[in-house]
Amino acid sequence: MAEPLLSAQGLIKRFGGLLATDNVSIDVAPGEIHALIGPNGAGKTTLVGQLTGTLAPDAGVIRFSGRDVTRLPVHARVRLGLGRSFQITAVLREFSALDNVALAVQAHQGHSFRFLADARADRRLRDPARQALETAGLGTRAEALASALSHGEQRQLEIAMALAGEPRLLLLDEPMAGMGVEESQRMVTLLQALKQRCGMLLIEHDMDAVFALADRITVLVYGRAIATGTPAEIRANAAVRQAYLGEEAA
Amino acid sequence: MSSLLASLRTPRGLITAVLLLLLAVLPLLTQAFDQRYLLSVGTRVVIWAIAAVSLNIILGYGGLVSFGHAAFFGIGGYAVGILSASGIDSGWLQWPVAILAATLWAVLIGVLSLRTRGVYFLMITLAFGQLVYYLGSGLEAYGGDDGLNIGRSRFPGLIDLRDKASFYWLCLALLCAALWFCGRLAYSRFGFVLRGARSNELRMTALGFPVFGYRLAALALSGAFGGLAGILLANEGAYVSPAMMSWVKSGDLIVIVVLGGTGALFGPLYGALAFFAVEEFLKPLLDLAHKGWGEYWQIVFGPLLVIVALYARGGIDSLLGKTDGRRHG
Repeated sequence: MAEPLLSAQGLIKRFGGLLATDNVSIDVAPGEIHALIGPNGAGKTTLVGQLTGTLAPDAGVIRFSGRDVTRLPVHARVRLGLGRSFQITAVLREFSALDNVALAVQAHQGHSFRFLADARADRRLRDPARQALETAGLGTRAEALASALSHGEQRQLEIAMALAGEPRLLLLDEPMAGMGVEESQRMVTLLQALKQRCGMLLIEHDMDAVFALADRITVLVYGRAIATGTPAEIRANAAVRQAYLGEEAA
Repeated sequence: MSSLLASLRTPRGLITAVLLLLLAVLPLLTQAFDQRYLLSVGTRVVIWAIAAVSLNIILGYGGLVSFGHAAFFGIGGYAVGILSASGIDSGWLQWPVAILAATLWAVLIGVLSLRTRGVYFLMITLAFGQLVYYLGSGLEAYGGDDGLNIGRSRFPGLIDLRDKASFYWLCLALLCAALWFCGRLAYSRFGFVLRGARSNELRMTALGFPVFGYRLAALALSGAFGGLAGILLANEGAYVSPAMMSWVKSGDLIVIVVLGGTGALFGPLYGALAFFAVEEFLKPLLDLAHKGWGEYWQIVFGPLLVIVALYARGGIDSLLGKTDGRRHG
């Protein structure tokens, strides 16, 4: 396999007596969708926090395109190309969809200590922002206030904002959460198309989406990665069926 | 230019234009009707509007309630006063020193207070404001509690600040410059980051913006304009005293900004006008209704503020119509 884009080795995170991340290793190759699944409380969010930099692991190493990023703060990792979308929709509600994405573009163009020039007329911000909106399927809603978008559209906006930074890896924290069947189907199509551009680590409860999209799946239970493999391998894995899929079927 | 003309067609644009026009000819009006006192009120309104514009940067765009803003007033004023008392009366020297001092103070309190949020930020800025207030009171060499009579700043050959009309027009020109700057600021890259952080700080951090640095810069800008207002206030009365930086003045500034419309470009001007109009006219009006009632004008003003806070959250600005692009959220 090619040099992984993101690779975490032996991550451990404790909260008091709780071992939330128990010696987890996970990697994502360029152009790969690697899904992370597991029942509630399995430690998915904790793991993602360590990968994005909001939580510091107690032990282990995180490398991003060959570079040790274990101690880098969030914004430094974002600059290196580690984009993320949020589990809870966190767009800037008082801004238009286009303004939201333009701000995401702006974050990647050096400092913003520019006080006089009108950013709304700045093609270096607006053009890439429009493009990202188009890609995410929101081209026609550019001028709408983010708070006026439907839930599904807000999730699309999240993706557009993540794309604006031209990330090499996208961490998608439950992009289908709260979506109807039709909306999630549209999201699956969107993510499928995005695979060309960047690798993805997908945290998702919607099993249909996971098995439709993922090249590989890692199953997290009680903080431990109990299996990693192709969708077919995961489906056939007895431990997984018992610990997770079986539970859900029962 | 065309957008400027277009904005004249909205009620807000028209009212603002008429207001500015009236302000521009105020010295002529007060002379024609022999109401010199009104010119000095007008000058104070304009100076307070500059201070409110300064507060609007950090409160309106930044979403941070600074309760120590009068300290910038005071530092700007006292810098002029102390230099003047030391025999340095050149405005070319006084003004940059005063603005620099207020800016440095802003950076200092920013470094210490911008790590807190909400009511904690309010309390810590209040504490720093009071610190400056008591420092001023303790300056026995410069009048202590009684304050200090000073000579006005001198700009030989350019402008004589002792001339009331000239001084008023200078203040108005500086207010217009401050408003122009803030209008640009709001939609600049910097302004988008500042307003974005008000809307959702965590999201902005996740996007890769070191929010702290931008807020610090905003506070520094705010301090610079606050210092400027202090310079003007000192020159208006040829007098500085600790009273100009008490927490009551910081509170008045917040009231002006909220009354005018937090985060609205012209909000500080509307707010300052309304504030002084109430202060100047409510008293005589109440006295007219019943002798002695004027003393208690704040009994009327207080509920008025509560009504604005409850029913017109965008302040006076929001009463002038919905959006024309000038409301920043």
